[in-house]
Amino acid sequence: MTVARTAVQRAVADAHRREWAAVLATTVRVAGDLDLAEECVQEAYVAALDAWTRSGVPAKPGAWLTTAAKRNAFDALRRADVLRSKLHLLVESDVTETAIAPEAPAVHDDRLRLVFMCCHPALSLESQVALTLRLVCGVAVADIAKAFLAAETTVAARITRAKKKIAAARVPFQMPGPADLPERLDAVLTVIHLVFTTGHTAPSGGQLTRTDLVEFAIDLARMLNQLMPTEREVRGLLALLLVNHARRDTRTDSSGRLLLLEEQDRSLWDRAGIAEGHRLIVSALADGPPGRFTLQAAIAGLHATASTYAVTDWEQIVTLYDELIKVWPSPVVELNRAVAAAMVHGPAFALRLVEQLECDGRLNGYRYLPAIKADLLRRLGRTAEAVAFYRQALVLAENDAEREFLTGRIAACSAR
Amino acid sequence: MAQYAILIYDKELPGGVADMPQEILDGHMAVPEKIEKIGAKIVNAQATQPTSTATTIRKGGVITDGPFIESKEALAGFFVIEAENLDQAIAVGKCVPVMEGGIEVRPLIQE
Repeated sequence: MTVARTAVQRAVADAHRREWAAVLATTVRVAGDLDLAEECVQEAYVAALDAWTRSGVPAKPGAWLTTAAKRNAFDALRRADVLRSKLHLLVESDVTETAIAPEAPAVHDDRLRLVFMCCHPALSLESQVALTLRLVCGVAVADIAKAFLAAETTVAARITRAKKKIAAARVPFQMPGPADLPERLDAVLTVIHLVFTTGHTAPSGGQLTRTDLVEFAIDLARMLNQLMPTEREVRGLLALLLVNHARRDTRTDSSGRLLLLEEQDRSLWDRAGIAEGHRLIVSALADGPPGRFTLQAAIAGLHATASTYAVTDWEQIVTLYDELIKVWPSPVVELNRAVAAAMVHGPAFALRLVEQLECDGRLNGYRYLPAIKADLLRRLGRTAEAVAFYRQALVLAENDAEREFLTGRIAACSAR
Repeated sequence: MAQYAILIYDKELPGGVADMPQEILDGHMAVPEKIEKIGAKIVNAQATQPTSTATTIRKGGVITDGPFIESKEALAGFFVIEAENLDQAIAVGKCVPVMEGGIEVRPLIQE
């Protein structure tokens, strides 16, 4: 039986998206070496294209790929003892792991071990992001480089360095112990969130979103939520991504101009995404004191479920920001709180908050501070001052959509 | 098991160990027991004399007074430990008290 080539290609692409992490994580255990495991998995996907064309797409593509990749690894290990080098990866057996942390919840999934290894705090944040995209999502190095506007050689070198450190310093392929879990999980969520925001707001260049990165981030959050169903913050992160992503079609107009929340056509928001996010938020809030991702999701959720900008529950949003500042003190959060406070207490009140933030200097060079200050001044009728701060924001803006928005505001204020 | 160097960098006190706050001293006394509890093993533990006693030989053989790198925090001592993996070595590093500096964990080259 031969299957149409395009159908097989689609099946392989689908298996790449759904199964890569599981296939690689299982193969790592056999290969004991990240490079070898990656090669073997890559080969298995290539072989699948021919084999599935010849004899049909298997009922369980993931199992087929895992078997093939593991066989490749066994063959390679038999062929060359060289591979059993000093840089052998530290793969713990389940037995030792349970012996070390018998009280740990029984989370036995190699995909989780892979994620926690890629997001180990002993690696730089850039390396964590690149490794996660390469090893967990199976993204090609060239594509990672493109997404982060870096040279391919730079990203390749970063990944190689990280793999060497993992081997030499023995970063374990295992779940962190219960004492370290909250901190380590936060690191994982931070990486996923960074992948999302990089895709959501392209830091520079012409396009405002990079859909692929956004989808990888959502897939990762979904996988994590499925594997760690009791972790509220995982639920919070997934909800945050879903709700923000639900507004994807309305963030710019047809010509690519940036639209503010108040200008967006709410009827075009993805209701299913918002509803799913809302369910996750409610369940995360019900389970205990919320962390920073759950609180951010709750804020985004209030925006997403309000029928208009004006009727948004701004008081509740300010309250949520107060909670967020408690669990995650950050000047950026204080700035966002000021924006919400302007809706409750007026622009003059908010301007005082923004000016305090400006004085303390922690947000020097942060492009949204002058932009927000300019907007408050504009609303107070102080247009000349507003123009000056729009100009400051324009110098700091990093993508065309934002630049165009600011130029428009300057023109409008100057015309008055 | 693998070996790691646990390098302690901290501010130098005029009177050395004699000037150390009591809680830091107590913290150091408790380290061996904590390391054992973590499941790691001390191979070697050393404290160094202050950098004012150090001598550096520069490239070309020139002898100078003082440490190789002058900085606010200086190498104060080190452990060589045997640990299961980096997580265990980091756990060991975390139980070593410091006043203002930090701890560096370095895997050792092994055959």
